[in-house]
Amino acid sequence: MSEPILEVRDLKLHYFTSKGAVRALDGLSFDLARGETLGLVGESGCGKTTTGVALLGMPSPPGRIVGGSIVIDGTQIVGLPDHELRKNVRWSKISMVFQGAMNCLTPVYTIRELMVETYRVHCGPEALDTERHVNMAKLEALMEKYVRLVGLSESVLGRYPHELSGGMKQRVVIAMALFLEPKVIVMDEPTTALDVIVQAQILNLIKALKRDLGLSYIFITHDLSTEAEIADRVMVMYAGKMAELGSSEDIFGAAEGRKGPAHPYTQMLLASTPRLHKRVSELAFIPGSPPDLIAPPSGCRFSPRCPFAKTKCRQLDPPMHELGAGHLVACWKAMEDSEYERS
Amino acid sequence: MNAASAPATAFDTILEVEELRKEFVSHRGLMSVRAVDGVSFSLKRGEILGIVGESGCGKTTTGKLIMRLVEPSSGTIRVEGKDAVGLDREADFAYRRRVQMIFQDPYASMNPHFKIRDVLEEPLLIHDIGTDRAERRRLIEEVMEKVKMTPASDFLDRYPHMLSGGQRQRIAIARTLILRPSIIVADEPVSMIDLSTRAEILHLMKTIQSDMDLSFIYITHDISTARYFTDRIAVMYLGRIVEIGTQDEVIDHPAHPYTKALIEAVCEPESGRVGIMRELKVKGEIPSASDIPSGCRFHPRCIFATDDCAKGPEPELQDLGDGHLQACKRYKDI
Repeated sequence: MSEPILEVRDLKLHYFTSKGAVRALDGLSFDLARGETLGLVGESGCGKTTTGVALLGMPSPPGRIVGGSIVIDGTQIVGLPDHELRKNVRWSKISMVFQGAMNCLTPVYTIRELMVETYRVHCGPEALDTERHVNMAKLEALMEKYVRLVGLSESVLGRYPHELSGGMKQRVVIAMALFLEPKVIVMDEPTTALDVIVQAQILNLIKALKRDLGLSYIFITHDLSTEAEIADRVMVMYAGKMAELGSSEDIFGAAEGRKGPAHPYTQMLLASTPRLHKRVSELAFIPGSPPDLIAPPSGCRFSPRCPFAKTKCRQLDPPMHELGAGHLVACWKAMEDSEYERS
Repeated sequence: MNAASAPATAFDTILEVEELRKEFVSHRGLMSVRAVDGVSFSLKRGEILGIVGESGCGKTTTGKLIMRLVEPSSGTIRVEGKDAVGLDREADFAYRRRVQMIFQDPYASMNPHFKIRDVLEEPLLIHDIGTDRAERRRLIEEVMEKVKMTPASDFLDRYPHMLSGGQRQRIAIARTLILRPSIIVADEPVSMIDLSTRAEILHLMKTIQSDMDLSFIYITHDISTARYFTDRIAVMYLGRIVEIGTQDEVIDHPAHPYTKALIEAVCEPESGRVGIMRELKVKGEIPSASDIPSGCRFHPRCIFATDDCAKGPEPELQDLGDGHLQACKRYKDI
């Protein structure tokens, strides 16, 4: 297997608030292979979006990366100064489709102006000003190419955001993330605000782009169903930590010979998702709410809500345990169960 | 046939809506938007009717019309046989007590300066219920019990921002229940709630619905939760109902191409469906309600449409039996 395009090791990001440090990411490690889609799922506040912005080296204040490393395509980005990141990392190596970005397009700019601005910010004003007409023509061709790739006509470039529908705006935002040709794209809830049919159209587009351009995605959503549709591997996060990581089949239990999800949190999340084609009289739910990350509970962070929690769970943080090839889980119960089966 | 599709006579009708229309006209009359364009349905006592559709289909406006928050352009709304449109102030007041609404956003639907106690007491004061503070307090505690926020004293002196989204939505439910309504209009009540508590709120609403024999209108864009929560489903497109029937009929045997497309577009965390790229049997996006297509209003997006579909009068709902109605002329051919 070739080198992963993205390597995250023991990443720690804290938000320094007046009440204390919120440990939003507390030792996160994962890889992203070339051409892969890694899904990040979890409840709000579990650290999915924080992970996404950390990968671009831009934690929102008062957040700071306090430890660990992020290597994108051979470049260590933790510790790089901001201007360096802007010029050589963001949008050239990794870009992001922000949550709700489609509704944050500056209303007084045309799509063309918005894209030129993106270019200017990341490539520097000199990139445009030297031999301006030559570069402008190149840029124009680039913009047209990507606008077409996301299924819009070039005429969109001359239009204002309010003239476009929700689905078209989302396509524009995706084109803006792609047109400086990064290899890794972080997609943060790109379909959440859309209607089901438009959502399915955008998911199909995202898949087609990955196939045609050889992209790798980090796909963040709280919606397990979308993740099942798009992700090759899925990482379930809980309270700033990885709870479970596995192939889509491991997590959703689709293939023969796979045991399905092992972490009680993953199991309960799946059980609480309403299904269209399966009639259930009762949906399961997870009692309680996620912990306060200023003073997280001792032991396993899910233990206060977990129906299987024992004394050990409340005292000791479970280590990452490999259940099968590439299927990792951080749960004492899952670990003991698998060892029991083996013996 | 199962219980959900039992004949209509098992219940009496509590709400009847006929040919309801709402046209929003811009102040110079230059543009008009037909948000709701001839909607008829009935709701039986103790029934949950889901109204499902994309944004802009008129589902929220329908809910607001029933709530009497918006004045209909034409059509009738009858509750227990009595007209609800054109009431005098007093009758309107009584109507609002019987028909209550749960809003989508529990963060915006509560006054941030009010303690939970005040949030729940306000409807009692407005409707002059309870003789003194002690009695109102008793009513508040009773309703807090119903929504499983116990002990009530832990919450009553808190402000909305001190509660989680799920807890706030429970308070919003309690606020409607405290008036003992007979109909509740719930507009996307769980779409802003975190996924682990979403099921809990749905479950709570269902328990309350059957305990108190409430009739529910459940408005949502999420057909999967409608599958779990409702008895019947009405699918709306551009201001009209295109298909209505028991949830089993509509989801397992959809007849209208729009319903089919909606169902196909749903992703599910389910074995076998993982990673399958689906060809959608629908084109484009919902057009503006200010320029409704001729003939069948779905025809520009429908891949089965013929020239005939673009012509003539709007297709009416036709009965497929067992209260399953749909509005596609060509449903047999597709």
